[in-house]
Amino acid sequence: MTITASLAATHFSHMRPRLVAFARLQLRDAAAAEDAVQETLLTAFEKSATFEGRSEFETWVFGILKFKILDQLRHQKKQGRWQPLNEDLDDDTLDRLFEANGHWQPNARPNDWGQPEHVLDNQRFWQVFDACMLALPENIARIFSLRELMGLSTDDICKETGVSETNCWVILHRARLRLRECLERGWIREQE
Amino acid sequence: MLMCREATRLMSLKLDRKLTFKERTALRVHLSICSACRACARQFDLMHDLGHRHPAAPAGDDRHDA
Repeated sequence: MTITASLAATHFSHMRPRLVAFARLQLRDAAAAEDAVQETLLTAFEKSATFEGRSEFETWVFGILKFKILDQLRHQKKQGRWQPLNEDLDDDTLDRLFEANGHWQPNARPNDWGQPEHVLDNQRFWQVFDACMLALPENIARIFSLRELMGLSTDDICKETGVSETNCWVILHRARLRLRECLERGWIREQE
Repeated sequence: MLMCREATRLMSLKLDRKLTFKERTALRVHLSICSACRACARQFDLMHDLGHRHPAAPAGDDRHDA
């Protein structure tokens, strides 16, 4: 099936809620997320590309959204709307999870989650994931989503955020530990 | 000897840059004896894969990293 601009309109309405959800997770601001999606759909409309199928079309639209999200993030940063990084760097995640000798605290030891396929196919997992992302401090969440949801390299994240690569690695380590802890509490234990 | 705290740092780092031979070896040895860290490593890998799997992301297998 070839998708043309006219057929694209029907796909947009299906995609819209998913695009908004994705943008909200990155921008943590409902209005900015709506703007990013709106601009994405306008840009997609203006370009009269044709596609081999729905999957290719969605990939293209999603790629535009990523650019728009980065634009919004740059705008937020320029306006001085980001919290100072130091506050988020200065947290006690590692001391909370590990004993002084470097072993896991007994109540923080990770459990087996089972098959990844089963985890990711579960809709409840994603609800908990979104909640856990929102519970993360702003800078930590932003760097995690730039890396893991947007697929930027840590080198590119430095350029976008002004955070050094070393600090990026420190933040990603904490983000992953906190998210896995939150996911295990919120979702995995619920299944038992 | 590598402890869990440091092992989690290396398994996270591994997703963002290539580990040195020394780092890789230390991590592999630790994982061979620590089931909690093996579970943690699998979960980090799972989260690393989320960008492709978030319900908002397009379906299908023809996507590539940015």
